[in-house]
Amino acid sequence: MTSQIAEEVEPAVDADILVRIFTIATKAKLYDDQYRAMMNAGKVGGMYYSARGQEIIPAAINAVLSPDDYVVTMYRGVHDQVSKGVPLRTLTAELFGRASGSCKGKGGPMHITDVSSGLIVTTGVVGSGIPIAVGVGLSAQMRRSGQVAVVNFGDGAANIGAFHEALNMASLWKLPVIFVCQNNRYAEYTPYDQGTSVDQIAKRGAAYSMRAMHVDGNDPDAMYRAARIAIDAARAGDGPTLIEAVTYRFEGHMMGDTKEYQPKEELKAAIEADPVPRLRHRIIASEYRTEAELAAIEDELQNEIDDAFEFAMAAPLPDVADLTADVYGTEIR
Amino acid sequence: MTITAKSSDGAVAGRKMKMIEAISEAIDLAMEIDDSVFELGEDIQDPKGGGFGIHKGLSTKYGLDRVRPTPISEQAIMGAAIGAAITGMRPVPEIMLMNFMAVCADQLINHAAKLRYMSGGQTNVPLTVRTMTGAGGGFGAQHSDMLEGPLVHTPGLKVVIPSTAADAKGLLLSSIFDDDPVVFIEMYPLYFSASDFVPAGDYRVPLGEARIARQGSDVTLISWGRQVHDCLAVANDLSASGIEAEVLDLRTLVPLDLDRILASVGKTGRAVVVHEAVRRNGFGAELAATISEELFGQLHGPVRRVAAANTPVPYASVLETAYMPSRADIEQAVRGLFR
Repeated sequence: MTSQIAEEVEPAVDADILVRIFTIATKAKLYDDQYRAMMNAGKVGGMYYSARGQEIIPAAINAVLSPDDYVVTMYRGVHDQVSKGVPLRTLTAELFGRASGSCKGKGGPMHITDVSSGLIVTTGVVGSGIPIAVGVGLSAQMRRSGQVAVVNFGDGAANIGAFHEALNMASLWKLPVIFVCQNNRYAEYTPYDQGTSVDQIAKRGAAYSMRAMHVDGNDPDAMYRAARIAIDAARAGDGPTLIEAVTYRFEGHMMGDTKEYQPKEELKAAIEADPVPRLRHRIIASEYRTEAELAAIEDELQNEIDDAFEFAMAAPLPDVADLTADVYGTEIR
Repeated sequence: MTITAKSSDGAVAGRKMKMIEAISEAIDLAMEIDDSVFELGEDIQDPKGGGFGIHKGLSTKYGLDRVRPTPISEQAIMGAAIGAAITGMRPVPEIMLMNFMAVCADQLINHAAKLRYMSGGQTNVPLTVRTMTGAGGGFGAQHSDMLEGPLVHTPGLKVVIPSTAADAKGLLLSSIFDDDPVVFIEMYPLYFSASDFVPAGDYRVPLGEARIARQGSDVTLISWGRQVHDCLAVANDLSASGIEAEVLDLRTLVPLDLDRILASVGKTGRAVVVHEAVRRNGFGAELAATISEELFGQLHGPVRRVAAANTPVPYASVLETAYMPSRADIEQAVRGLFR
């Protein structure tokens, strides 16, 4: 059950799909690059959990998802948010703690919600989004809306109790939920094999009679096929899927991480194999697009990002009078 | 906003029933009124219909889709309720016993309570989690706690504790149709002992309105849930000694009817807060502090608290009785204010 891909009809990954994945992944990468540059320049403070290196996963998933499908993610979720289509202006304003942010400056980087794009919850608690996504999928099933819910989490989250409760419940009720474990090999500062008893998290799917796949999350073809199979199955009423997408994070747990626990050679090799430029090279080498065409895409994305950061820098701070708003529907003293 | 069905002769329709029946009736009615209302919880399906049979007949009437039995997975129950609530449903999860809320505290405290705020009002969590508890039944330390204190201390949650059958129905309907997460605390000893006239139909008691259970002029007894009945009994006894106690049943701790509390204590000049939760850092402390801040010059004595001992709930009956706030404790606290 660990890899069912070979047993099913392999969805084709054509040139246009690869370019679409490249475009989404590049947007997430450039955004992350820009944010870290701003932090390093001292222009923005706070916490930031870079997702650099993991962009192919949400890019491939969002090449399949519909705009009204739901995504739940976690604090290392900027690539998921950008890929789902959270408007960059309101996303950036939120990261900057501004009133024009998607959450009016009350959420911040660990709590992004943007209902307009279906990014329904971002949690700051490891794994807590997993049972919530079960409820999002349950709602879609009960309303017969045809929507699916994708929940992203790390390898560390696969060791919390709620992961197991959620997988059991989703499988029991055949919910349209796709559990995406972005296995970046580290649970905060602890390497995978010091915290996880099984060599592949995908193996845990079998314990819940759940379709499960172990894929190279940095391989756009494999990731796209996995997403296609899982999302199509969910939409067809064929229940949930656990996708373990193996990847690697380049920037450690959070900004300022000195990464002494990540072997230098391992990190170096991962960065040399950066999946985003690798895909770029492949698209050009395969003559799917020219270098100039990709550069034009990148320029357009960079302009959108620049615009978003300018917007956020100029955006007003929250009004202190709004401190007590939105605790309840009607204010309670 | 109290909606009451009236019969053709103008009399309020309804009948006397036990609290447990009133709760069943409210759930049934809510599911009938609104297709987005659904239950999920352990053992709630027929034929058992829940530990006390509260859900009996509902899964047969509405199907297992809407009266949804769950595995013993409190985190997933609460998480699923939250996810459904932010995407258009009105879930009514049941956490069998209040102590088990500690098992899903992350979902309740970090998520249900905070998602509206953290999302800047884009999402809200219209769920009502029902739970049952209460000491005195010999269930020991992990099946009896009153944990309203930490819930009241969590902005974003509403906290409701009925003491009568009518309020159980009216408050539960209001809770289910409220757009914020409500923790609805049922003190199981009241399931069968509280029996009173319950209006028929879509009867709602607004959240945030305390009930004057007894009028009085000399001292205000402030309580909720089961201890309201103890306060009423003590008040009747005190009347023979010439002390007329007003008894306030708060019904909802959040939102809190501070106006009615201050009006009553402003009138009597004396207040005793009575609750079954342990004394230390209980909600009584908050009430005592607030009353003191607002009415300091008008009080004839300090605000007294009568509450459980600062211990886990013990098993042996003699210990459990000693643990719980008693009618004698209430009377002693009141008399102390008249020395």
